[in-house]
Amino acid sequence: MGEKKTEVLLIEDNPGDRRLIREAFDDGKMAVNLHTAQDGVEAVVFLRREGRYADAPRPDLIILDLNLPKKNGHEVLAEIKADEQLKRIPVVVLTSSEADTDIAKCYNLHANCYIAKPVDLEQFSAVVQTIENFWFTTVKLPKGE
Amino acid sequence: MNGNSLQYPAAAITILLVEDNPGDVRLTQEALKDGKLAVNLRVVQNGVEAMAFLRREGEYADVPRPDLIFLDLNLPKKDGREVLAEIKSNDGLKNIPVVVLTSSEADTDIAKCYNLHANCYITKPVDMEQFATVVQTIENFWFTIVKLPEEE
Repeated sequence: MGEKKTEVLLIEDNPGDRRLIREAFDDGKMAVNLHTAQDGVEAVVFLRREGRYADAPRPDLIILDLNLPKKNGHEVLAEIKADEQLKRIPVVVLTSSEADTDIAKCYNLHANCYIAKPVDLEQFSAVVQTIENFWFTTVKLPKGE
Repeated sequence: MNGNSLQYPAAAITILLVEDNPGDVRLTQEALKDGKLAVNLRVVQNGVEAMAFLRREGEYADVPRPDLIFLDLNLPKKDGREVLAEIKSNDGLKNIPVVVLTSSEADTDIAKCYNLHANCYITKPVDMEQFATVVQTIENFWFTIVKLPEEE
């Protein structure tokens, strides 16, 4: 009781993947508040707390898909990592792309890690829970703001 | 180049450990030896040596490019924050993931390292068994779950 929940921003346009990720967090060990943005523009508005996101919490972790409508994941990543207020928030790229050029580009843009979505549903949940355990149990995250 | 006994399988993972404390070096070596993957662990003891290794200067002309870097913060000659800043602003090196592994739990160190684009920040557990578990957790996460960039 009273324990602060971990805030995660999931930037993902595929409804099936959003649902799988939500279910994996629900079944995981930690109390996670999962927020979703369905395209790159919405993600940046959420992070900058503009418009209807004026009261949005600052996420402790961002899970970012690459192929997104309106503004793609590479652009979102570049904006986050060039913004003095946002750059400290770890960004886990979670995408179906296994292209070496995407992997290299994301690390060059300072993605904290790059993970390919497994096709198998059970493996997908296992990967989401491994992300949760690693980033919220093993790693020390920066304090807000 | 080396005798047979020193050759590593082509697919072996190379980790560069930048750590001045011999006890922590030994614990890390033992934890990786007991881990699931074949790791070629290279150790340097200060920040100047770390940069010479990464730039393949002098005695390091033939070293492999590491797949992952474990970086302590409080180091002789050049400290870990400076090493991190140099790696992450160098176009040839910035895509190598850097795991900061330190005894510091100071919020200022944590914030500074993420601002300098450390890939993650982990504090060393004091307990030896927990230390080994953390090293193996890092190994499993970065080499089985994560996709690493191809060399150069």
